[in-house]
Amino acid sequence: MTARPRVAVLDYGIGNLRSAQKALERVGADAVLTQDATVVSAADAVVLPGVGAFGACMDALRDVQLETVTHDAVASGVPFLGICVGMQMLFDGSEEDPDARGLGIIPGQVKWIPSSVQRPQMQWNQLNIRRDEPMFSDLGEHPWMYFVHSLHGVPTDSDCVTATVQYGDTLNVAFRKGNVFATQFHPEKSATAGLGLLHNFVASVKS
Amino acid sequence: MNSDIVARVIPCLDVTNGRVVKGVNFVDLRDAGDPVELAARYDMQGADELVFLDITASSDGRETMVDVVSRTAEQVFIPFTVGGGIREVADARKMLRAGADKVSVNTAAVQRPEVISDIAAEFGAQCVVCAIDAKWDASQNRWTVYLHGGRTATDLDAVQWAERAVSLGAGEILLTSMDRDGTRDGFDIALTKAVSSAVNVPVIASGGVGNLQHLAEGVTEGGATGVLAASIFHFGDHTIAEAKDVMSAHGIRVRPVG
Repeated sequence: MTARPRVAVLDYGIGNLRSAQKALERVGADAVLTQDATVVSAADAVVLPGVGAFGACMDALRDVQLETVTHDAVASGVPFLGICVGMQMLFDGSEEDPDARGLGIIPGQVKWIPSSVQRPQMQWNQLNIRRDEPMFSDLGEHPWMYFVHSLHGVPTDSDCVTATVQYGDTLNVAFRKGNVFATQFHPEKSATAGLGLLHNFVASVKS
Repeated sequence: MNSDIVARVIPCLDVTNGRVVKGVNFVDLRDAGDPVELAARYDMQGADELVFLDITASSDGRETMVDVVSRTAEQVFIPFTVGGGIREVADARKMLRAGADKVSVNTAAVQRPEVISDIAAEFGAQCVVCAIDAKWDASQNRWTVYLHGGRTATDLDAVQWAERAVSLGAGEILLTSMDRDGTRDGFDIALTKAVSSAVNVPVIASGGVGNLQHLAEGVTEGGATGVLAASIFHFGDHTIAEAKDVMSAHGIRVRPVG
């Protein structure tokens, strides 16, 4: 019998983390909410969730000493997934809080989406997949995912954008850089399609 | 409407002491009164979000709601909002930690508007829904905000209150017409339009849905981006798929079911 991959969901006191944990469990992972560096370094994969404001999330992450732990997890090469503001924090910084420093794992900036459309985008939207990625396997050509955001990532290297959506403009909503995956949308809230993506993420753990 | 907008269909479950209040009529539910089972069913049917409204009076019952939220988060993988009895940041934290994505505030926000900014500051505006119950007042030529399920009038103008709530940090307005609630005559389109034109956040229309055409009107005429209904779905009159077919036929973008 194959052991269930252990996924550490970084817990730094922000909103709803339990959904991410339960969704990962649903797709076969042994998921724990943790801020314990030992637990994170022993994990087979790591998830960085996030909701709210960029600066507040960065402060909260630093307050519980998870910044270094995050960098170590990324450097260790295990599959790593940032979700929503957890995705945004992987960038160098954000127009939302220009004074706050991001993790700098994906070079680039997080920028406001156009004000010509309602902000936040709070709805389901259909991905345009730019690159054939294991993360998107079996999801169909244009899977529907749930979004709540007012900003999106603009990486220095546009090759790391793996999916976009149309909302006022073409927005970058999924990224990959090595072992780091990141989604602006909430796979844990995107019904079957989202669970499919999380399944692919958990399956990427090397047995 | 901007073609990039995708409207949301949102069933609402009234819950008291951990049980769904209005009878439901899905033939094959194991326990028609279990909000968790009903929520999972709506997720499978293609609902875009869910709202739980806790109408429990006692504080013991409130603890039961935390359990409902917690069990829902284990089975339901679409966003859901919990309203009823959210009076301060601690109440919001409890629901969000249990697995809710948003909380809605109503009476507490009217009595102490800072509760909106308090919750938004801690968890983000995206998780604060301001629920507004409004009734037309011909003598004042405005919609007046009501509390306690329409029993208590306030001195607030509903459109102005919506604007204030958004300025305090509400990320969404859940707007219920007390005139239409329970009538099946359709949304109060004028009210919905007045509020959706006044604020730049999503407005969910609620109160009065009797058929699927009404859902479409909430979006095309009222300017809502979410439509909430209870009885037409609970009683099995219509499925979420049928609702989306009708909306789609009216040129509204929706997430297809299945």
